[in-house]
Amino acid sequence: MTTTTREIEQLACSEALDRLTDTLQQAIAQGRLEQPLMVGIHTGGLVVARELHRRLGLESPLGELDISFYRDDFTRIGLHPQVKPSRLPFELDDCHLILVDDVLHTGRTIRAAMNELFDYGRPARIHLAVLVERPGRQLPIEAQSVGLSLDLAKGQYVKLVIDDVAGLHLSVQERQ
Amino acid sequence: MSLRRQNPQLDSEGRLRHFLSIEGLGRTILTEILDTAESFAGVGSQQVKKVPLLRGKTIVNLFFEASTRTRTTFELAAKRLSADVLNINIASSAAVKGESLLDMLHNLEAMQSDLFVVRHSESGAAHFIARHVAPHVSVINAGDGRHAHPTQAMLDMFTIRRHKGDFGQLRVAIVGDIMHSRVARSQIHALTTLGTAEVRVVAPATLLPTAVEQLGVHVFHDLAEGLRDCDVVIGLRLQRERMEGALLPSEEEFFERYGLTERALAHARPDAIVMHPGPINRGVEIDSAVADGPQAVILEQVTLGIAVRMAVMSMVLGRPPGAEQGETT
Repeated sequence: MTTTTREIEQLACSEALDRLTDTLQQAIAQGRLEQPLMVGIHTGGLVVARELHRRLGLESPLGELDISFYRDDFTRIGLHPQVKPSRLPFELDDCHLILVDDVLHTGRTIRAAMNELFDYGRPARIHLAVLVERPGRQLPIEAQSVGLSLDLAKGQYVKLVIDDVAGLHLSVQERQ
Repeated sequence: MSLRRQNPQLDSEGRLRHFLSIEGLGRTILTEILDTAESFAGVGSQQVKKVPLLRGKTIVNLFFEASTRTRTTFELAAKRLSADVLNINIASSAAVKGESLLDMLHNLEAMQSDLFVVRHSESGAAHFIARHVAPHVSVINAGDGRHAHPTQAMLDMFTIRRHKGDFGQLRVAIVGDIMHSRVARSQIHALTTLGTAEVRVVAPATLLPTAVEQLGVHVFHDLAEGLRDCDVVIGLRLQRERMEGALLPSEEEFFERYGLTERALAHARPDAIVMHPGPINRGVEIDSAVADGPQAVILEQVTLGIAVRMAVMSMVLGRPPGAEQGETT
């Protein structure tokens, strides 16, 4: 049996990115995030993180996280063939850290990412920033900053599409 | 019998099931091993030098032949992947009580082992074991006789790629006891498969296997000529324990003609790196001034070997049972 996906809607990213930037700026202005470090999760999260990092004018380098070695489905689907190295060019101990991903769905990616982060050090605070959140959480994980909330049904998915010409957009798809 | 023609190292979907020799593997798989190793290379610099990838897997180091570096780096690689590791030193095990190899294997399988890492003095031992293990068990060859030592070759390729990049531009010389060296055989296969511009072997005729040219290498009997303009120089240990008969006049004379000294190295490119699989015989195949010199990457090879072994272990144990797709977003 093969499953196909059909695109049902395309959404622009710019408003979601603006909103996400605003909420992070507020958190920094109110002192909830002090001298934050930023880490993006490969691949979509890193794209969003690069944009946020630039917009917020953060001085510390951007961290990159590939969670392939921390996934909970290794025994079911094996090693992802294109694992990128994680790069965290700073000390994590006692820092405030903004963890960025493109889509928050089940919460399993974020669990894996937090497990990995703690193997590098002990941050004082992790603030989760996602471009899009959607229903379907399987773990008690929520984002502190959200660009866009989409009320998708089971069987519907949202993907960040990176287009060199047109820039970023979101594609809402349905599995058939 | 036609089924036997399929490469026993690959499963029906072409993924690595056992890692027994470089021979028969294509550039895609070798490159995948190097890329995967690259992503493991950072684990050693984490505060917690461990990833949970192989949690719950049991890896058995089955060493029928003495080894320190290879066994410990395999053990460390397995532990950094969070696997449980069993080290079996055959000299002190039931093998000496007359238990057959296959009986021993079946006992280890009955303990729910997932992977055997095998070192043996007989060529073909790892292949033999791979043919007889249960379908869910994988085998990695950690050196068999004069035949192959594929993880050593891959860690050498990894070291070369990190220092020199594209193999298509490189001239690599392997110097010394090619005849008895499983490392050299695996290196030659790996270098040619990865498209190295020129692979040279430099040795006296008595220490070269017959028809070595058929492996795609250029043969040199003179060290200075063999090293000229090379980007990578690989020394090999003179394997006295494997030598039968008088292949060498003396170690002193060997050092005189084939020892890697600063004077000899001056013929290679000024930015050439010097490698050696270890353990080194100082003053026999390599001079201390070179082994400890600025061009040597011998200790780095050891460090990178851990990442390469992590990569191979996670690839053979990370084959999904079906084509099932998971959602983790």
